[in-house]
Amino acid sequence: MESAHLAPSPGGAPVARPQRHGTASWPLADRIGYCLCWVTGIALCLIALGIVLFMLVKGIGYLRPALFLESPAASLQQSKAGGFLDPIIGTLIITVIGTLIAAPTGVAIAAWISEYGRPAPLARAVESAIDVIAGVPSVVLAIFGLLVFSESFLGFLSQNAVNGAVYGRSFFAAGIVMALLALPLIVGSTREALAQVPDRIREASYALGKSRASTIRYVLLPAIRPDIASGIALGMGRIIGDTAIITILLGVTLTNEKVGGVPLIGNLRGSGSTLTSYVYNNSPAGEGNAPQKAYAAAFVLLMVVLGLNALVTRLTGAREPGVAGSLFRRAVEAGRRAWTR
Amino acid sequence: MDPLMPPPVRRIAVDREPHVAEPTAPGANGTAGPAPGAPGARRRVLRGAPTVVRERMRIESVSLAYGPTWVVRNVSLPVRQGEVLALIGASGSGKTTLLRSLNRLTEVTAGATRAGCILLDGQDIHELEVNDLRRRVSMVFQQPNPFPMSIYDNVAYALAEQRPPRGRRRRRTPELEAAATDALRRAGLYEEVSTDLERSALKLSGGQQQRLCIARALAAGPEVLLLDEPCSALDPISTATIEELIVGLRDSVAIVIVTHNLQQAFRVADHVAFMHLGELVEYGSSDQVFDRPLQRRTREYISGAFG
Amino acid sequence: MLGALGAALLVLIGAMVVTVFIKAWPSFSANGLHWFGAGGNVDTQLRAMQESSPLPGHELSYFRAWPLIWGTVLTTVLAVLLALVVSTLAAVFLTEFAPEPVRRTLEPVIRLLAGVPSVVYGLIGILALAPLINSHLISNSRKSSVAYVVQLNGADLTTATIILAVMITPIMVALIAGALAAVPAPWREGSAALGVNRWRTVVRVSLRTARPAIVAATVLATARALGEAIMLSMVSGGRGFAANPLDGITFLFEPVRPLAATIVQESEGLSIGPLAHTVYALAAVLLVSAALLSIAGWAAKQPLKRYGVRA
Repeated sequence: MESAHLAPSPGGAPVARPQRHGTASWPLADRIGYCLCWVTGIALCLIALGIVLFMLVKGIGYLRPALFLESPAASLQQSKAGGFLDPIIGTLIITVIGTLIAAPTGVAIAAWISEYGRPAPLARAVESAIDVIAGVPSVVLAIFGLLVFSESFLGFLSQNAVNGAVYGRSFFAAGIVMALLALPLIVGSTREALAQVPDRIREASYALGKSRASTIRYVLLPAIRPDIASGIALGMGRIIGDTAIITILLGVTLTNEKVGGVPLIGNLRGSGSTLTSYVYNNSPAGEGNAPQKAYAAAFVLLMVVLGLNALVTRLTGAREPGVAGSLFRRAVEAGRRAWTR
Repeated sequence: MDPLMPPPVRRIAVDREPHVAEPTAPGANGTAGPAPGAPGARRRVLRGAPTVVRERMRIESVSLAYGPTWVVRNVSLPVRQGEVLALIGASGSGKTTLLRSLNRLTEVTAGATRAGCILLDGQDIHELEVNDLRRRVSMVFQQPNPFPMSIYDNVAYALAEQRPPRGRRRRRTPELEAAATDALRRAGLYEEVSTDLERSALKLSGGQQQRLCIARALAAGPEVLLLDEPCSALDPISTATIEELIVGLRDSVAIVIVTHNLQQAFRVADHVAFMHLGELVEYGSSDQVFDRPLQRRTREYISGAFG
Repeated sequence: MLGALGAALLVLIGAMVVTVFIKAWPSFSANGLHWFGAGGNVDTQLRAMQESSPLPGHELSYFRAWPLIWGTVLTTVLAVLLALVVSTLAAVFLTEFAPEPVRRTLEPVIRLLAGVPSVVYGLIGILALAPLINSHLISNSRKSSVAYVVQLNGADLTTATIILAVMITPIMVALIAGALAAVPAPWREGSAALGVNRWRTVVRVSLRTARPAIVAATVLATARALGEAIMLSMVSGGRGFAANPLDGITFLFEPVRPLAATIVQESEGLSIGPLAHTVYALAAVLLVSAALLSIAGWAAKQPLKRYGVRA
């Protein structure tokens, strides 16, 4: 469409500038529809911009580097006291536990469904179970988790109350249930990616005498590493962003409390907070009423999650994206190529 | 048996020499002269002499470019109702691009430039409203592309969209049904589908689907019908049916057909335009172009020197 | 060995569903079908259970969930309808009308919106949108007119619906835009060649072809909306009040208390017998709704297969 490049036409006839089809000739109803489409597209952009800017503006006032190093402190001047250290550590712990459990499990289940899949009814049932987990609200998972971890034989995972009842709430409990949250995303990514590996690669490996297990381990999984990574990143994003499970299963305290004397296990058996529960508790819905803190923590949370999403985009941008990559970026590309030929 | 020795070669008995058919003498069985590309073989000619001819479109010094290269160079042609115009040429000769410019489909591609003028009944098509133009100049594509709707909805599609958006919008009004039935008859499909017009159009065979697309294009009453290699995806019997159809339609619509099949062009076309690398090499009646080509390149193409 | 892992997962999920129903049963059996009905104030009923002091004239497990169910239905249905319209228009914009630079910007924007945690949405809702609605849309006369029944303060049905719609729009846009872009080019080109403008082509050919995806997107979005607990617990008002459409415009500003939000809010008292049973009963209702939703989605796709619309 650059007029500078319009060479003179053979035959000397005047070259016309390419025109864009206007909508002026469309019936009124169609033009309204066209306008509405534009309005919604721009509105979505504005809303996203609004959210980020709003968080930035409101949170930046309170944000200072010291916050990341201080623990939350109870004080009468709620809006001035304490930092984010414990919530940040809490988020880290939960994410690590959840991912450590979900990643190997998810990849293993996905590999089993995709490569073995026998007996077939069992494979279909497991697929349905994964779909069910994906569809169940996180609150329901949380209260089920509470039920399970309140059983006395699981008391080692949390603490025991004075009358012998198991508290049922701890980093362990929350982390384990968080794994369920991330599981469907990891399984989905890995399955999609495995489906896209051409069969000839598997056949080549079998022809060389490798068993199915070692084919999976040495050939297939390395081939789909970016997709597994992006699935894990998506799962992590989901874990970091979830509040319901934390509220119910982490026994929210202001700082991370230890239970018992054992160094690491003691921390994990204890209660604490994460960024999400910190925001929740400092908002009008929780106990505290320090909107400043809530904004600042929310801003940090938002940046972390967005950064993770950007990582996912980069991971899947290099090669053909799996389900973790943009579902519609692939499709829009194909559509655009086909329509303008 | 020594395992290292190869198994004995078996001789296949041959009873008699294979029979090779002799080319029949030209002029036998009421056919016209040597067919293009296959000297001496028999072929039928569908077209009779054209009846009343009336100019519908005029292509004047048209050049088209995608990006920096000119794909069509300075082509001028008339398109007349009452006759079939065939655009022939090798791949890349620009014939499809020229065809698509007749209903401004080339504008969909970004970076397409044009020069020259195309007139429909005396009006410059670039001054008409584009959807108006496309209702008057309809197109049938190489691959049949019926919509995922019933047969009736496919044929009535263009007409249904032309009605004003307000007012009663019933699916099957008497006018629409009459128009759809008429279009299906003209396309030679009515007898085969009249029992159930609500059937999904995708369940038809390839030839039926292409005839459905022709019916769909005809339903809006176009003045010109453009066909982009309509039979290249079809079997010979469907091809023959559609070729007869095309010749039958030429009195009511002006027809432009792009084809890489020279026999087909000879069978159905009244006038032929041969294009090579974007230029119009020769234009004339099909008898003249096929039997007495004026240009060397035309002669070479028709005799199969390149393709 | 790997199969055992899958089987273990299956057992876990099965156990979860069964356990929820077992724990829920006492609440259902104590109240019968009236559990779903209306009767009294849900908040006081829950308070009574938490403090183990039954309300006068009723037993401890007395519970009438209708205001909660109605609140859930209202927020979910309204939000999904709003999001459906917005998402379809945005998806059409993304695939058909947006110029290239706009399309390149819109894609990350959609991804961004999808990634925002629900607690952030809740914060914006309760600290920005609710006060805005409170000061600009709810007049003082309206507040005083219902003051004897309920307080209107901006944390209400409207705020909840708007934010929920924004939350579920990105998923729907992604799915619908994907389906629209996958409509075979020959169909769209054929429609253009017949002289049908781009908008009508989209409506009659592309959206029709994309209908299974639209159904799938709606089901997914509804499931998400049903399960959204944290955001709704922050902005929906937290009062178990069955918003009454007959109240006219005031209806839009009445607080609601959806099921999932209630579960989060009552999660403190899960060691107390009747309260626990009630909460599990709420969870059971959620599970059943999610299951019914999947079935409805599957059923909605069936008629389209007839015309070759690939589902």
